[in-house]
Amino acid sequence: MTLLSTPEYERLAARHEHLLTQSAWKTYRAPLLATGLIVYFMFCWWFFSIGKVLGSANYSIAGNYLADWVSYEIRPELNIDRDGAITITYSRFDPIGPNPNPDWMKSETATVTRQPVASAQPEAPAASAPAPAAPAFNFMANAPKAEAAASATTVARAPVTETAIVKSTIDLGRSAKIVVDHQSVILTRGSETVELRLDNAAGTVTAQAPLPTWVEQRMAGGRAYAYFGFAGWAEVSADRVRIHNRFFGWANFFFDINSAFFGKSLGEVFTLVISGPRIDASQSNLSLAWNDILYNPSWQHLDVWSKLLQTLVMAFVGTVLATLLSFPLAFIAARNITRNRVLNQFTKRLFDFLRSVDMLIWALFFTRAFGPGPLAGISAIFFTDTGTLGKLYAEALENLDDKQREGVKSVGASPLAIQRYGVVPQVLPVFASQALYFWESNTRSATIIGAVGAGGIGLKLWEAMRTNSNWENVCYMVLLILLVVFIFDGISNALRSRLIGTARH
Amino acid sequence: MNSSNMSGPVLSQSGQFVEQHWRELNGRRRTYTVLGSLALLLALSGSLWYANDANSGKFFDRLPHLFDFLQVFVPRDGMEIFRAMFDLPSPYDDGSLKYDYPDGRHYLTDGFYIPEYFYRMLETVNIAIFSTIIGALGGFCLCFLAARNMTPSRWLRWPVRRFMEVLRAFPEVVIAGFILAIFSIGPIPGIVAISVHTIGALGKLFFEVVENADMKPDEGLRAVGGNWLERLWFGMVPQVMPNFSSYILLRLEINVRASTIIGAVGGGGIGEALRLSISRGDAAKTIAMIILLLLTVIAVDQFSAWLRKKLVGEQSFHMSA
Repeated sequence: MTLLSTPEYERLAARHEHLLTQSAWKTYRAPLLATGLIVYFMFCWWFFSIGKVLGSANYSIAGNYLADWVSYEIRPELNIDRDGAITITYSRFDPIGPNPNPDWMKSETATVTRQPVASAQPEAPAASAPAPAAPAFNFMANAPKAEAAASATTVARAPVTETAIVKSTIDLGRSAKIVVDHQSVILTRGSETVELRLDNAAGTVTAQAPLPTWVEQRMAGGRAYAYFGFAGWAEVSADRVRIHNRFFGWANFFFDINSAFFGKSLGEVFTLVISGPRIDASQSNLSLAWNDILYNPSWQHLDVWSKLLQTLVMAFVGTVLATLLSFPLAFIAARNITRNRVLNQFTKRLFDFLRSVDMLIWALFFTRAFGPGPLAGISAIFFTDTGTLGKLYAEALENLDDKQREGVKSVGASPLAIQRYGVVPQVLPVFASQALYFWESNTRSATIIGAVGAGGIGLKLWEAMRTNSNWENVCYMVLLILLVVFIFDGISNALRSRLIGTARH
Repeated sequence: MNSSNMSGPVLSQSGQFVEQHWRELNGRRRTYTVLGSLALLLALSGSLWYANDANSGKFFDRLPHLFDFLQVFVPRDGMEIFRAMFDLPSPYDDGSLKYDYPDGRHYLTDGFYIPEYFYRMLETVNIAIFSTIIGALGGFCLCFLAARNMTPSRWLRWPVRRFMEVLRAFPEVVIAGFILAIFSIGPIPGIVAISVHTIGALGKLFFEVVENADMKPDEGLRAVGGNWLERLWFGMVPQVMPNFSSYILLRLEINVRASTIIGAVGGGGIGEALRLSISRGDAAKTIAMIILLLLTVIAVDQFSAWLRKKLVGEQSFHMSA
């Protein structure tokens, strides 16, 4: 920027003195405001004890939760028996089922002679069950059998010779690898390799070399944790290795493991639906597939969609009813239309009351009154918005151009006709546009009052978040909500710009 | 008003042509109105039926009990409300949670305490103010990048606008819930959730103000070779600042309400206490809190209206949540 020289500036200042001197308030306003803000921020830092909370937060959990939004984990658990046999179990909460036998895990088997356990240890059922080569049956059916086997082994003391897994290699992503046998765990991440020695009898894990930053051992000889970034992590103890292998995407988004269509490609499902034999005799494959999708137990598509619909219905009905009620009330509240001070004031204070009692309070009240569900949400939105819209409408009416009304009045029209032809045509576009605006913003706020029980997707979101393990469902619902909000924004914008003639976006 | 006038003087051919067209237009308009109203009515009744069907209690079954339920919220005597509000011991105290008024006192010194609900209300208002400031700062930084007259590049404007839209539409519950999972219960989830939403909402309003600003100061600055920041700071900011402050104050009103709601889902402040006391049916506590909340909301609204009038005069802005 071109700057003036000092004498030039002074000459200009002398010619236009009143332009270049500032009042003291104007000069010090900005620094005062900035100082005030800084002081206030410091106060908030203390008041909310932000420093303490930020310091004590668990940030690695945050990364995991965030990764959960778009990925899923498969958690094999490798139990290492004293005689070197390894048993692999999968959590039944894993998204791809209790025994997926995945291709990223390679196990070497050998024949071992095993001394059956003398006493029933806590891990005995899993450890003494035969190595799960590929039992195709459900875990639920498996559990009692395993226990039965365990109780059988406690009776029979004779050594058994059987085939068991002795070494297992797990690939986590492209650059990470875990090799487990009964004496050691070798962790590889990129070019670095760490060997951990396992001593099953003493129950210790010892590192062979100083640990890199991605392996953590809080106590010497205790459990070690190895982190592989997005690919997952592993927990190594002397007799057990827990692996969390993370995969990008949403597992069984369409078909759950209990569905006949699980694990099939799109083409396979398509041919099965079109020409395959009936899987379930009572219904066609198409309806079976559709039902499997709708009632998918981990994604609950039908439930999510109907809750979303409830949210939309809440916003829509609440806004429409509020508009319908506040429209006539605004005519009573506007002092240029109803010439009665008492009525004006009464209606205006009613609007103020409805508006100031929060949407939250209305929502909580009506949740108690009608029970949880969309009726409570509708009532809450209806009550709050009658107040807000009524106030806005009354203000719009009071700023009305009186000429049209006078014109209609001068030809001897009835009072009702004056309103209909002198007032309504002027304000209707503005009113409708305001109502649309509120519809749009209520679609958003209906989500949040839903979380306190007033119906809709809010509660579902809240419940999914409280478990801390269903973040992928949260992500799905958020995407649906964003989509719907954007669509409704578009519709309402298009309608509004048609009503008032100008695009407001 | 007697629009369908069939009698009268005989029209010439062109007159008939005009009349016919007018009638057609009128008829079409009426059809649209009727169809529109019918569609609205249908959607409304369908929605109402659906809402009633999905609700756990049915509207007409529950309606007679509405007043029974209101009776739960009648305290044992009027003074109870006062006692609940100022944390004074109750004569009905039977050791239950309903009458434990003195428990929540916040002692500043040995003899002087802030009553629990006043403290929580302070927290709620503080959350609102703090996150409005953060949101305003964020919106201020983003809005110039989204305005056509300050950022001619479509490639920068488009992502900034979409980003603000996402911030605005992203459900606050989710942000609060996610932060809650990391930081545990307290005011920080509420602050983050409301700030994020405020950045998006204010950013949008701000950039519309910037786009409607007078470009003459900007041209002057450009003529003397001012760079982007100088144009912004000396040409744009002085003229948009009154409108910005007005929107910030409006947003503060909204955020006070929002922070009570977020509080109810674990974001700190009075919302949580209110939710608990309504669900437990603690009459005196509920009414005390509602009175406090009502007074606060009205006070904040009045203060903001007064300040706004001082800043920009009688210019009207509509509220947006």
